[in-house]
Amino acid sequence: MTNEATTHAVRVEVNGRWREGSVEGRLTLADYLREDLDLTGTHLACENGFCGNCNVLLDGETVRSCLVFAVQVDGRAVTTVEALAGPRGELDLLQKAFHDNHGLQCGFCTPAMLLTAHEYLRENPDGGSDQEIREAISGVTCRCTGYQHIVEAIRAAAEAGAGRESA
Amino acid sequence: MIVEQDPNAARIVRETAREGPRRSLGKSINRVEDPRFLRGEGRYIDDIKLPNMAHAAIVRSPHAHARIISIDTSKAEVLGGVVCVVTGRDVAELAAPLPSFGAGPIIQDMIAVEKVRHYGEAVAAVVAENRYIAEDACDLIEIVYEQLPVVLDPFEARREGAPLVHEKLETNLAYERTFSFGEVDRAFTDAQRTVNAKLRWPRSTGMPMDTNGAIGDYDAGTGVVTIYANSMNFTYFLWLIAASLKIPASKLKIVPVAAGGSFGSKFFMHKVPTLAGFLSMLARRPVKYVEDRVTHIVNNDHCGSDRHYDASLAFDDDGTFKALKIDCTDDYGAYLQFGTGTHGNALSQVIGPYRIEHVEYSLAAVLTNKNQQGAYRGFGAEVSNWVLERLVDLAARELGMDRVEIRRRNLIGPDEFPYRTPTGNIYDSGNYQGVLEKVLAEVDYDHWVAERERLRAEGRHVGIGIVASQERSVFSSTEFWFWFDKPEFTPTSSPESASLQIDPMGNFVVTLHSQSMWGNSPETVVSQVVAEEFDIDPASVVVTYADSQHALPGTGPGGSRYTVMVSGAVAGAAAQLKEKIRRIASDKLEVAEGDLEFRGGAVGVRGAPDRQLTLGEVALTAYMFRLDLPGDMESGLAAQSTYDHPLTTLPNADRSDLGMFYPFVGHAWHIAVIEVDPETGKISFLRYAAVHDAGTIVNPRTLDGQIIGGTVQGLGTALYEEYLYDEHGRVRNESFETYHLPSSMDVPTITVGHQETPSPYTPYGIKGAGEGGRMLTPAIMSGAIDDALSDYGVTVTSLPISAEQIVEWVSAGKR
Repeated sequence: MTNEATTHAVRVEVNGRWREGSVEGRLTLADYLREDLDLTGTHLACENGFCGNCNVLLDGETVRSCLVFAVQVDGRAVTTVEALAGPRGELDLLQKAFHDNHGLQCGFCTPAMLLTAHEYLRENPDGGSDQEIREAISGVTCRCTGYQHIVEAIRAAAEAGAGRESA
Repeated sequence: MIVEQDPNAARIVRETAREGPRRSLGKSINRVEDPRFLRGEGRYIDDIKLPNMAHAAIVRSPHAHARIISIDTSKAEVLGGVVCVVTGRDVAELAAPLPSFGAGPIIQDMIAVEKVRHYGEAVAAVVAENRYIAEDACDLIEIVYEQLPVVLDPFEARREGAPLVHEKLETNLAYERTFSFGEVDRAFTDAQRTVNAKLRWPRSTGMPMDTNGAIGDYDAGTGVVTIYANSMNFTYFLWLIAASLKIPASKLKIVPVAAGGSFGSKFFMHKVPTLAGFLSMLARRPVKYVEDRVTHIVNNDHCGSDRHYDASLAFDDDGTFKALKIDCTDDYGAYLQFGTGTHGNALSQVIGPYRIEHVEYSLAAVLTNKNQQGAYRGFGAEVSNWVLERLVDLAARELGMDRVEIRRRNLIGPDEFPYRTPTGNIYDSGNYQGVLEKVLAEVDYDHWVAERERLRAEGRHVGIGIVASQERSVFSSTEFWFWFDKPEFTPTSSPESASLQIDPMGNFVVTLHSQSMWGNSPETVVSQVVAEEFDIDPASVVVTYADSQHALPGTGPGGSRYTVMVSGAVAGAAAQLKEKIRRIASDKLEVAEGDLEFRGGAVGVRGAPDRQLTLGEVALTAYMFRLDLPGDMESGLAAQSTYDHPLTTLPNADRSDLGMFYPFVGHAWHIAVIEVDPETGKISFLRYAAVHDAGTIVNPRTLDGQIIGGTVQGLGTALYEEYLYDEHGRVRNESFETYHLPSSMDVPTITVGHQETPSPYTPYGIKGAGEGGRMLTPAIMSGAIDDALSDYGVTVTSLPISAEQIVEWVSAGKR
């Protein structure tokens, strides 16, 4: 049910695979991923840019996918949570650290936390200080955990070499 | 006192009692729920797509109180992609009002009929091919309102001539009663001292990241309405929702979907699933309705408490507490959706962990033009604890007594359990002194007292907060109706069920009968219980959820009940299966059943490691070799069990004894050392420690998670969160930009300690523990800020304590 007059062709590399489609100008990246590509691991919680639950990596940098239009990512590379685990669902080092350290409860903010932490660990493979970790994830709101176990998970991931894996 | 349990509950207690170390309970195993959520495959409600599914959006009222004069839907209906437009007229014609636990003619409809009573109430809904078009169409609906005077203050709402929220009620006072336990007036007269406080608890909400949502899927052929919903607890609410949809409950099928958090906001989720089902019936195709954030904020199913208190504590010069008097005016908003049950929580632990014999509790439940109130983690007990602990801090100040010492003198002793509180509810077990000593040692309290003085001498504003709390768990449904002398409906059931199956290869499958995954760990809990009983790897257990047409009685999570109740159900089913396995094995191994034990995925002869059968061998026999089974035995290896509340009694006729309704009571102490920046009002944490006793622990690490998460949520209540209404009744902070939730930069690192005092009345001795953290933070932050700003004569009497407020106090004090 798209309006022909406002549709645009896009070509986007999503999780290492080029996808082509036609989207309305107003379609957000989040809705493009969730509705058009069935990548529902990217979650919307405020659609207003404040909570960061919809964070994805755009050319390796976190962006709020609710604040980016699908047409804006034409020709660029998007990474979502679905790219992290192995082909048979094997958890990557960061996911494993979240599992081992109880870094999630309801799991809703978890994809955004993981991608945000991947970006951080790539820049800070030794993990940095707890304060630096807290600052790195401060743009993602979690209502369950109180963040403490997430911080511990990211630290444990750094110790396990997740930062070098991200690089 | 002597407490007797019914035989089934007592049997489960006996069967789950264990001497010596446990196999799986008490271990911090990794959660079995996690991998799918870590991969982004959690399947929340908005992730589900049904063939031919349409999408709904609602039009929210811009007014807090207005008559609906006309609605013109013609432009919306002709917009390309619109399936149908639905208004209150359709609701009045085809549906019945939403269920309500409140008494009297307080009618709530899923879409407003005739008038709107709060800002954000639904006035129309659009079903369209996608959400974008549905929202476009909402903008094309033209509604003419006649604005009515609004009432936003519960005291004004009680005045003669105030605008009526519900004309048929003829008053805005929905409920008023004083409960008196003991001889309160005499105790106040006799006591040497009293303190009084006027306290204000602000309206906030659970605010899960995943909003409330549902997909209705009406099958016109069979008349069955299937609703996928991220909450809905079958026994309790399903038949009520069916009544709203005017269909038999047998034709309503609820499919539970994992929720990305609830914190109470999805407990009695009545509006969203009902609307999705109704829209699907009208559209004759699947319809998804998921609240956007603004809708969740202004139109959700539950806001938290919104209370004004006048509270007094009577005590003697030596610090002994004598009596407690609480007068509460509670602003329920436009509907009395969940009745006054949130005050039942208060009455279950109104005296906290202290010996207080005389209690008076007055409640006025008032209706105003705000969104309706309901459940929020703590369910009213967190408010009550803040009130009590505020009074205790004030009493300590009045006497010049240390805040630890005054509490210590009044603690119920370890030899006094089961302890009957004045309201009739009991505390099952405890060692409160033990928890206190543990938290003092953890923090090195004396060190921090000295450190506070040293830092203060440097001109720094350092304060210590120390508070205690009870954590009642496992509600009985009597708390929803003991309010009334002649209640219309007096349920006494709140069961939980489990089915347990061992497949022919020996693998375990557990089926749960509630929507129970909303961030807690139901699958881990039942896996650990199964592992405990059969000595298998908990990660090998498959956990699944029944839909309502296949479900046994269930009540779902809430009131910290699920872990206790589902453990009882799983233990009951396990006992049946173990008996059957023992009979088969006894026959095959030619040994007495009493000589068999479950070990490492097998059943074998005690003391004879090589004489055993694997559970796979037993299961294959049970399924496939009927002629090898003992004569009267049926094929298969499956059992189901429904576990009722293990300890509850009725209230008495005049309600001077409310009975046992929340009897498994945990206990906690928190200590916080904070520093306040007097220039900016910013609070930093120098130390934060919590010690909890939740009976036998199933999984220490997930319990830590609940405690830390709850504590931080309470910190939001204490420092940041409050719905702000303008004079017209519009919510001024309807986004996360202006409604601030704690971020990773706002919260302390919390040291968590545990003490285990098992309950004598529950399976394995477990007590519920999902809400405790939030019961302490508001009180501890109040006490710590009082202490840090003691030079300015500050007493916190209302929340949230904003940075602006702190700066104002400091500048006023400096003048």
